[in-house]
Amino acid sequence: MTLCRKAPAAAWLRWGLAGLVLLVLQGCASAPNANPRDPWESFNRQVHGFNEGLDEAVVKPVAIAYQDVTPALLRTGVSNFFGNLSDAWSLVNNVLQLKPKESIETLARVGVNTTIGLAGVLDVATQLNLQKHNEDFGQTLGRWGVPTGPYLVLPLLGPSTLRDTAALPVNWRGNLIGGLDDSTLRNSLTALRVVDLRAGLLRASQMIDSAALDKYSFTRDAYLQRRRSLIRGDVAEPNSPPEERYDLPESNIKTTPGGTPLPQP
Amino acid sequence: MLLNRRNWTRLVATAWGLTLTMALPLASAAEEAPDEMIRRLSMDVLSTIKGDKDVQKGDVRKVISFVDSMIMPKVNFSRMTASAVGRSWRQATPEQQARLQDEFKNLLVRTYAGALSQLQDQTISVKPLRAQAGDTEVIVRTEILGRGEPIQLDYRMEKTPGGWKIYDLNVLGVWLVETYRTQFAREISARGIDGLIATLALRNKNGVMTSAGQKKS
Repeated sequence: MTLCRKAPAAAWLRWGLAGLVLLVLQGCASAPNANPRDPWESFNRQVHGFNEGLDEAVVKPVAIAYQDVTPALLRTGVSNFFGNLSDAWSLVNNVLQLKPKESIETLARVGVNTTIGLAGVLDVATQLNLQKHNEDFGQTLGRWGVPTGPYLVLPLLGPSTLRDTAALPVNWRGNLIGGLDDSTLRNSLTALRVVDLRAGLLRASQMIDSAALDKYSFTRDAYLQRRRSLIRGDVAEPNSPPEERYDLPESNIKTTPGGTPLPQP
Repeated sequence: MLLNRRNWTRLVATAWGLTLTMALPLASAAEEAPDEMIRRLSMDVLSTIKGDKDVQKGDVRKVISFVDSMIMPKVNFSRMTASAVGRSWRQATPEQQARLQDEFKNLLVRTYAGALSQLQDQTISVKPLRAQAGDTEVIVRTEILGRGEPIQLDYRMEKTPGGWKIYDLNVLGVWLVETYRTQFAREISARGIDGLIATLALRNKNGVMTSAGQKKS
């Protein structure tokens, strides 16, 4: 685990925080009728509430101001720059997942954007039809069969799972900004990255506000489905029993425990 | 004999005429492959959005009438709503079922109305259909291509006498019905079917008000 030994203080802080969270969770009794994928719901809801408050008070206003003040061209450049850094980490994870086509395409993206794209500020690769293949270490673990574990909402960082949380220190190490020695530069770039990410999500978060009856469970279910589809690619559960058709009359359909409808004798 | 022959000819002609008039619309509706239908629908929707400034701006009333005339005929929305509501659907009265469908549709339209303005120079690519000849339920996978990463958009479809119909959709790996099942179940277990209808109605009413308020400022 040389990766962890070299990790900067911030990563240790996150790791320690995650450990602390786990200790707290041990004491959480699961509520009745709990979602099996979310045994720590009551704790998660509290963290979700904290994150929402912080977002409302600080992160979202800053992101809106950033969007209002800076020209679109500059914002695109900033997004592209961070996108190129994340492509570099995606490359490592595509290789670790033994995805040859995606690895080559991502390598070409990083190569083109870092040179012709002036350190990533211009996304030339997309114009050359080189597709983006985002992969992080949580996905790499998933690809090799590490189960997701329970859903977990992290302070500041938001939706995650036990597996994705365990992958965080590695992701942080793989993020080139996290490896910078100059702490002022590192922190400024990290802050800019957060603002850039949040600004990019303004429309999406507005959609969730409009779509969700309960934002917590909506975010959770969407996050878990999204991660599952990113890792497995295929969205349909193999061999899942056909769903019961509640829109059809029950009278002439009898459902077996397996879910297969049988005509009544 | 002459009369008989003339009658015979007339009978054959009528039979042919009947067969043709009945079979033609049926054939075009029932035999269009599901992926073909999605390709055509997507192209129609995109060109309508491009030609309508009000829809682009996300004018909810305009979007609803556009959805009603263009998209809803291709959707089995009662199956979609029933699947999201789950077991309680069967206990609901026909009136409650109708209101649930109406409010759910409005909620979805309001949610996606804002996103329509972003569909400008996008194109749709429909992936090759993986299905057997006799399948009555298939998944059609598409991608919205434009700036940035392609957006995954998949449809669950069923074969009906009136052609293929959509009964669930998947945006970026997230199935709509599955996501709403939890949302609805929470409301139903706390306040019943009428509680869910009331929550949806309130949400739709307030949403329109806030979006109008935002436009003013």
